[in-house]
Amino acid sequence: MNVPDDLLYTETHEWIKREGEKMRVGITDHAQSELTDVVFVELPKMDREANAKEAVAVVESVKAASDIYAPVKGTVVEVNKALEADPGLINREPYGQGWIFALQIENADDLKQLKDAAAYKKQIG
Amino acid sequence: VSEIAPKKTPLYEEHVRLGAKIIPFSGWLMPVQYTSIMEEHRAVRNNVGIFDISHMGQLIVDEAGAREWLNTMLTNNIDRLAVGTGQYTFLLNEHGGIIDDLIAYRIDEQKFLLVVNAARTEEDLAWLQKYLPAVGAVAAATAGEVRIYNRSANFGGVAIQGPRIAELFHTLFGKDIDLPPRNAIVDLPFDETTVSVARTGYTGEDGIEVFFHAAAAVKFWNAALEKGKLFGTKPCGLGARDTLRLEMCYPLNGSDLSPKRNPIEAGLGFFVDLTKPNFIGRDVLLRIKESGPQQKLVSFRMKEKGPPPRPHYAVFENGERIGEVTSGTLSPSLNWGIGMAYVSAAHAKTGAQIDIEIRGQKFPATVEKKPLYKKS
Repeated sequence: MNVPDDLLYTETHEWIKREGEKMRVGITDHAQSELTDVVFVELPKMDREANAKEAVAVVESVKAASDIYAPVKGTVVEVNKALEADPGLINREPYGQGWIFALQIENADDLKQLKDAAAYKKQIG
Repeated sequence: VSEIAPKKTPLYEEHVRLGAKIIPFSGWLMPVQYTSIMEEHRAVRNNVGIFDISHMGQLIVDEAGAREWLNTMLTNNIDRLAVGTGQYTFLLNEHGGIIDDLIAYRIDEQKFLLVVNAARTEEDLAWLQKYLPAVGAVAAATAGEVRIYNRSANFGGVAIQGPRIAELFHTLFGKDIDLPPRNAIVDLPFDETTVSVARTGYTGEDGIEVFFHAAAAVKFWNAALEKGKLFGTKPCGLGARDTLRLEMCYPLNGSDLSPKRNPIEAGLGFFVDLTKPNFIGRDVLLRIKESGPQQKLVSFRMKEKGPPPRPHYAVFENGERIGEVTSGTLSPSLNWGIGMAYVSAAHAKTGAQIDIEIRGQKFPATVEKKPLYKKS
């Protein structure tokens, strides 16, 4: 499974890419592979404020619906509208065009709770 | 519910070798998908797909009293079965509730193969045994003794389904061998053994189900996959099996059928012969048929693109709660949300406008005739 070294990760299989104060969020290659074909994505509302570990989006595969959590406290400032027409982007490009939303965070220290690639690799075995 | 380790079919190692995602299902470790549910679904609709169905139970009922006794246990009429044919039927409890849905094949004058759901095999067997005529007892009306046994541990099976089945069948069994007619079952030589080939399935496509000794499983599976390459054959998991059957509105036991549901409300009265003088559950079904069922299983299609319906979502009509979804998915063929739900009988009309509640929001759907998918 692909686990890029330059991203941060959560126990619940979200990845986080830091772009200044903005955090781009998606689900990992491992997660998309476990979920199987993604057929629907419920995006978070713009400007929504979320606490860390709060469910903000839903990714649905043929088999099941799965919550996607805010990795850290922040405000939703971007959502990936492309997923509405092509949810399979999450399967094909989990770290690229398959991103789900971006959060403006309040406290960069919150990122310290996240896992680095090595720790996430260890988690998924 | 059981603390026993899940069982492996004779094809388990092949699934692992093919890189399948394995899940526990009804006490078995089964492949849910090999590459993608969508791809596997399309392989069956367009070419051919092969499914391991070794987890399904295979019960044998035989001896001189088999036919007469079994016809008192099942809803459909096995007197209508010529030797070498099968029928879809139900095993009911005394309340008319569905213990299992199954296919009963008459494989000899007084010998029947019952192919039952994996999760229900032990329960079916116990239920049938409970009603066996006492050993040695020969009632005036019945012809003789009955034996029932479970051959599942020593047998396996695969379903091979899709429009190119005939090509693959002839490649596997010989160009001069005929495909059995719809619902028929024949014994055919394969390699150094004999396999039973039935023209049945659970996908809505033409296809066969093949039953064999466990020892022949790997050889048959690999031969079918290897020879099937020419015809676009893919191994398919439980995920595609579920989306394929739901497009056809075939019920799934445990989801759409249960001991609390009867065949009349499930819309499957066609497989119940109420003209038979006696079978378990008959009196109750007669009453339900006369008074009409309280609820009915309906098929529906979402009106808009949106989240797919799922089991247990609530169903509304004009704001009134009228039922609950029992099966739902995104149909890979239609690329659209579809499902089945039990709703109060008054609302169970084709064309009825209903709402499915998904995460607190209502999404409109239309009650449609089954099947939800038709070949164009």
